[in-house]
Amino acid sequence: MSKISRRKFVTAGLAATAGVSGLAVAANLAKRYGLVPPDSGGIYGPGETLTYAGQRLLARNSLAREFPRSMISKIPFANEIPPLNESFKRLQGGGFANWRLVIDGMVARPASLSLADLKSFSVRSQITEVVCEEGWSYVAEWIGTPLFEVLRACEMLPEARYVVYFSIDPDWWDSIDMADAQHPQTLLAWAMNDGDLPVAFGGPLRLRVPRQLGYKSVKFVNRLMVTDSLKGFVSALDPKSPNFGYSWYAGI
Amino acid sequence: MLVRVTHWITVISFIALLVTGVEILISHPRFYWGEVGNSRTPPLFKIPIPSSRATVPTGYGFVLPDQNGWSRYLHFEAAWALVLTGLVYVISGLWTRHFRKNLFPAPADRTWSVFRSVIAKHLRLAPPERADFRSYNVLQRVTYLLVIFVLVPLAIWTGLAMSSGFNAAMPWAVTSLGGRQSARTLHFFVSIFLVLFLFVHVAMVVLTGFATRMREMITGLAAVSEERT
Repeated sequence: MSKISRRKFVTAGLAATAGVSGLAVAANLAKRYGLVPPDSGGIYGPGETLTYAGQRLLARNSLAREFPRSMISKIPFANEIPPLNESFKRLQGGGFANWRLVIDGMVARPASLSLADLKSFSVRSQITEVVCEEGWSYVAEWIGTPLFEVLRACEMLPEARYVVYFSIDPDWWDSIDMADAQHPQTLLAWAMNDGDLPVAFGGPLRLRVPRQLGYKSVKFVNRLMVTDSLKGFVSALDPKSPNFGYSWYAGI
Repeated sequence: MLVRVTHWITVISFIALLVTGVEILISHPRFYWGEVGNSRTPPLFKIPIPSSRATVPTGYGFVLPDQNGWSRYLHFEAAWALVLTGLVYVISGLWTRHFRKNLFPAPADRTWSVFRSVIAKHLRLAPPERADFRSYNVLQRVTYLLVIFVLVPLAIWTGLAMSSGFNAAMPWAVTSLGGRQSARTLHFFVSIFLVLFLFVHVAMVVLTGFATRMREMITGLAAVSEERT
């Protein structure tokens, strides 16, 4: 072994050691500051973690773009919805007067709110874009109750880390972290443009998460569960999961 | 050595980005200009292929299987691999003067007449000269620089300008392009140019001796016959 190659060998060894220990330190820091998404395992984990950590560092509190009224899409596109089940149809028959939003999990005061109860909170409206992972988009005005107000009223416990939200469709739910759950633009939307939220767009109640793709804005929401762990909930790569194998974080 | 390692990681990343990019495109093979666009708005143009979504009017009577889940996961993972590898390549290229020595056109070549003569030689299909085996001509140098410093950064920018989270932090990234659908359309065209580069690049490798060129790019050893000249 010549002198040069030995020096090269030592340098490469030092660089590799520094690299590995650097990665270990970074992984620890990332975990402590909530920069690791729940689907960080598996072959796509590194890419997912980089995207999630990058956006949380860059844009934890950034606001989604809002648009002027003139840019509201004349004909918004309602994506396909699963067939509505019997309990939905019964509530629809009653004009959704009996629709309840149940809030449970890590809250000091679990609640069951009607749409009228929800509307008694402060109202926020925003003109934001719905972006589908397929590539299409539209702009609409969304009117509703900020999710953080409901969480505050239910006295969410400090150790809570995620909000899981369920559709009346039993196979449909999703979850977001606290950066999005407590974000001022994350709405429990009950109205759209000039009227009540149409059923095709998720009425009577839909979560709107404007900083993420459309599939995170679950329709027909009737339960919120606050939790500190998504164990048993997230199997994002499982094609039978509600995300059909889509990534948990959809900010990109 | 670093050039070769980064080259092959880039090859793997690019192929992954290309395959998954096509998969994602199939779910909505329509393009728009401006901020918004969907199946209810007139497209700028359509790609005449079937779609993986029943909601897209394609004229075909069937729907392809949905592959977007893993495609999106892999697209972004490969994008990260490409960006990180690209950073290593560009920083080391500046450090070792790889760009200055091998890619920036030599001072004597920075004239239109040299440029024209190289193009003319290609149009006449003149056989490559000895010197062309050892170093890049001005046309190759300009092309490589365009790919490294214009097309790939544009692909990253137009890609990020489609991200709702990124646009929340840096709205100018998308507004300067004319809107999110414009960014998507530009991303498509930048990708087409990169694929064209790939075709020409591989064609050149084949024309100048596929086995020799591959051996050089993998092992770093110049072919013996060339070394003796």
